[in-house]
Amino acid sequence: MKLGFSPAEEEFRAECADWLNGQMAGEFKDIKGITTLTAKAERRKEWEQQLAAHRWSCIGWPEEWGGRNATLAQQVIFAEEYARAGVPGRVNHIGIELAGPTLLAFGSEEQKQRFLPGIAAGQTIFCQGFSEPGAGSDLASVRTKGRLENGEWVVNGQKIWTSLAHISDWIFVVTRTEEGSKGPKGLTFLMMEIDQPGIEIRGIKQINGDAEFNETFFTDARCPADSLIGAVGDGWKIAMGLLAFERGVSTLGQQMGFRNELDEIIAAAKANGAANDPLIRQRLAKAETGLKLMRYGALRMLSQTDHSKIDGAALTYKIQWASWRRSLGELAMDVLGQAGEVHDGSDYEWDTLPNLFLYSRADTIYGGTNQIQRNLIAERGLGMPREPRGDVA
Amino acid sequence: MEFVLTEEQQMIGETAKAFFVENATSERTRNAMAADGIDRDLWTSFCTELGLAGIGIPEERGGIGLGLVELAIVAEAAGSTVAALPMLGSIVLSARAIAMGGSAAQRDAHLTTLLSGEQIAAYVHDAALTAHGNALTGSAGFVAHGAAADLLIVTSNSGAWIVSADAPGVTVTVQTTMDQTRPYARVTLSGAVGEPLEDATTAIAAAHQAGYVAIAAEALGVAQTALDRTVAYAKERVQFGRAIGSFQAYKHRLADMVVDIEQARSAVYWAACAVDEGSDEAALAVHAAKSFAADTAFRCAGDMIQLHGGIGFTWEHDAHLYFKRARALQSMMGSGNWHREQIAKMMLGEAA
Repeated sequence: MKLGFSPAEEEFRAECADWLNGQMAGEFKDIKGITTLTAKAERRKEWEQQLAAHRWSCIGWPEEWGGRNATLAQQVIFAEEYARAGVPGRVNHIGIELAGPTLLAFGSEEQKQRFLPGIAAGQTIFCQGFSEPGAGSDLASVRTKGRLENGEWVVNGQKIWTSLAHISDWIFVVTRTEEGSKGPKGLTFLMMEIDQPGIEIRGIKQINGDAEFNETFFTDARCPADSLIGAVGDGWKIAMGLLAFERGVSTLGQQMGFRNELDEIIAAAKANGAANDPLIRQRLAKAETGLKLMRYGALRMLSQTDHSKIDGAALTYKIQWASWRRSLGELAMDVLGQAGEVHDGSDYEWDTLPNLFLYSRADTIYGGTNQIQRNLIAERGLGMPREPRGDVA
Repeated sequence: MEFVLTEEQQMIGETAKAFFVENATSERTRNAMAADGIDRDLWTSFCTELGLAGIGIPEERGGIGLGLVELAIVAEAAGSTVAALPMLGSIVLSARAIAMGGSAAQRDAHLTTLLSGEQIAAYVHDAALTAHGNALTGSAGFVAHGAAADLLIVTSNSGAWIVSADAPGVTVTVQTTMDQTRPYARVTLSGAVGEPLEDATTAIAAAHQAGYVAIAAEALGVAQTALDRTVAYAKERVQFGRAIGSFQAYKHRLADMVVDIEQARSAVYWAACAVDEGSDEAALAVHAAKSFAADTAFRCAGDMIQLHGGIGFTWEHDAHLYFKRARALQSMMGSGNWHREQIAKMMLGEAA
């Protein structure tokens, strides 16, 4: 059992940090420190391309597809340094972290040729069409229909919470392609071009005033017959495989962002005297402890080589960070006091800490609510009997 | 990136776990509780047959080597059965203080008998102790297994002495203690003569660091067993025609236990590893581990009672043993609030 990284890995860390800090001090100075998903989207597409030009776009991918074959440790290090340098999140994070790996795992050779280079190069931005108004946590209730007609898939229905659909080029859509099928059966996974008359995107303004996600309407939207990944009816399997990619190395990079937020709270508490309040001090200590435990939990999860075991660290990570960050947002506001509830000016745009407070209410909902996470832990981790399901016959 | 137990460490864990599960049975623990809180046969076989007592003490200082990670593994296993043993006071605190801060002669005189279990030492800490030369006057309650001790390691904030329990001026009074598996005693010194440890500062620091880690590891073992036994009960107990574990309110509470336990596990092994590696984070880590893991144990043991219903409240069931141990772990060697205040000072750059 060891805490840190090897000297060679630390050397790699220095290389990453040098390059990233150089970029953020130079050509891409104007996007440093952006924490919302939508700000300066066009400029950030250019940043995606800059990453690609220097082969930093998707370092975990195989070299033939524009990656570096980076080890898990190297991916972790890059993610950490990326966040530490204050580089904004990836506009194409769905493409890089979800669509790409899904194509690598389940796509045909032809599909890889067609999509991977564009994703790697930051030219093809992807979004994800899973959730529907009636299928949130209960993804198997998908109703959006797909049918084959004259060599094309024709799609009708509605998706929701499609993050960044308004700046994306492609969407992958889980559709019900078998008439009358229920639950996880009869679903098919399609890749669709967004810029077509059958797809309409409407932004949804959210709690913090930003609009990163959308409602996406499909009215006889079309894609060629070979746009599916896997086979007809494989949609559930592919979607679950894809969700597994969400729990990956990005966790440690995400923690660097959390570190920055906590540091900002510490600075605010020192500046306004809240740091003298014994109760605030207790909560600061709990926040620091929680952050460290996330880090070492993630390192345990990533160091685990026996992936056949159901790993407690992996099962609990989502609820752990989401709950922690929601508390962090509340702590931030208690440190700021009423000053956190106002700013001068007329726009409803918030600085980092008030925005954290508002935005973190989503953390315990998206990607599986805390309640769903608890069910998973109890049922998969502890072998508790399943909750009785409604009739899906 | 190898933040998982090595094969050797896993083996130590399996061996220790099997030893405690087989030997530290509820019946034997209860017999020890009715006496002085020590299962003597268990202690002898732990020290001699299992041979793990010298863990965490370098070989050249009289131990068997390995580090706090291995010590934590053993303490976790002991905690998982709430074994009635003087491990914390005699080995983790006292023997380690002698090993790390004692002279060669002091090590020779005491380590062998302590690590073999022939003698038992108790760790006495009194911040207000007065020392005239080596004549010590002071008093400390809450001395774990103090009444069973042959030897006392007496520490103030700056000094450390070895005092024989039967020396003139030493009075040891056993106290009825909520956690009967580790009864406290009050130790009063009235000019009792002690032999100073050569390097008191090192002795105290080494003992406290190991103490925090061992308490945290014990707490982890307590929490995990509280969960495991509740999970087993949830699968077999039927109400309203269903196993109670199928109810979401029950499941969610178990899941919350898992979430805390996984973090406690990270905390314990992070702290142990940080001390072993001399990491900059070691001071922060031991305070984090002690406060977080003890709170986790308390919550899980409390949930164990609640989720067992009426049976969990009885003396017959073991739940109360875990609950009382967990409470003691929270308060011994500094409350959670005190440890978190130490963390806050470090975070805010106020550390002394």
